[in-house]
Amino acid sequence: MTVNRLRFFFSNNHCIMQIHLNGSPKTITDSTTVAMLLKELGVPFTSVVVELNKTIIQPDSYATTSLQDNDQMELIRFVGGG
Amino acid sequence: MLTIGGHTFNSRLFLGTGKFSSSAVMKQAIEASGTEMVTVALRRVDLENPEDDIMSALDRDKCVFLPNTSGARNAEEAIRLAHLARAASGSSWLKLEVTPDPRTLLPDPVETLKATEELVRSGFIVLPYMNADPILALRLQDVGAAAVMPLGSPIGTNQGILTAFQIEIIINQARVPVVVDAGIGAPSHAALAMEMGADAVLVNTAISVAGDPVAMARAFAQAVEAGRTAFVAGMGSRSKQAQASSPLEGVLATDLGFLA
Repeated sequence: MTVNRLRFFFSNNHCIMQIHLNGSPKTITDSTTVAMLLKELGVPFTSVVVELNKTIIQPDSYATTSLQDNDQMELIRFVGGG
Repeated sequence: MLTIGGHTFNSRLFLGTGKFSSSAVMKQAIEASGTEMVTVALRRVDLENPEDDIMSALDRDKCVFLPNTSGARNAEEAIRLAHLARAASGSSWLKLEVTPDPRTLLPDPVETLKATEELVRSGFIVLPYMNADPILALRLQDVGAAAVMPLGSPIGTNQGILTAFQIEIIINQARVPVVVDAGIGAPSHAALAMEMGADAVLVNTAISVAGDPVAMARAFAQAVEAGRTAFVAGMGSRSKQAQASSPLEGVLATDLGFLA
């Protein structure tokens, strides 16, 4: 049984779900927004670009974009390169 | 002066930012090189080091930021990376790289042409990395490439300008700037490219992995300037026959008859 099918409720009615973050599974609660997740991860908003299911999310939408079960999320940033 | 995508560059040395031992060394090397264009790559955030950010070490007032699409194996992946790069950088500059074979890292000409065409339509300033193919260079400029970047030799090999014959044709035909990219392993290679009439060179590995990257950056800056000055000054033509530098007239024929 995969985690994303294993739904159970916390006392505050939040449901646990699973997304794919940079190719790895990540468990979050169902009301998590992009902004909340970035904050939890300690990633400064200004230095990254967020792609959700292959669509780029603009920074002014981070706080209003809620993550859904099974979302594919990519957090990308610049690194040294030729 | 060199103009690409409406931007004027005083320095004809472009610098890659990969493989430096630290941000501090990279910063000093950029400074020493006098470059006004630096390339960067896009990668997934290392969630173990969420604060690690190259942008904080780079001065965007002094340098144009040229994100590359390294890692892309076809046009589709390159276009996806291009849009991520534009979102991350806030600018439309793009070094297009499509390299399907990780062993050679040679660029795919068909996918590169396809991606260039589409990205130009989407408003990107596209500088495609390409094999030194004169016909492809024409095709790329026809679909709107802002410059072409033929390789001297494969990426990271330090082999120098193995494609001189083709690069000369590209330079002679081009209506857009020609930036010799990849394989430049020594200042003499960069000088050669500039003497041939290249508009600029892009150097990364040769500087970043040098014993003293900052000193090497300075050496490359001098070589690029020397090569450019020589090109503008006008190089003499080559000959297979010796041509005396000293006058043949008025030689003292009696005692020094052997001079005649």
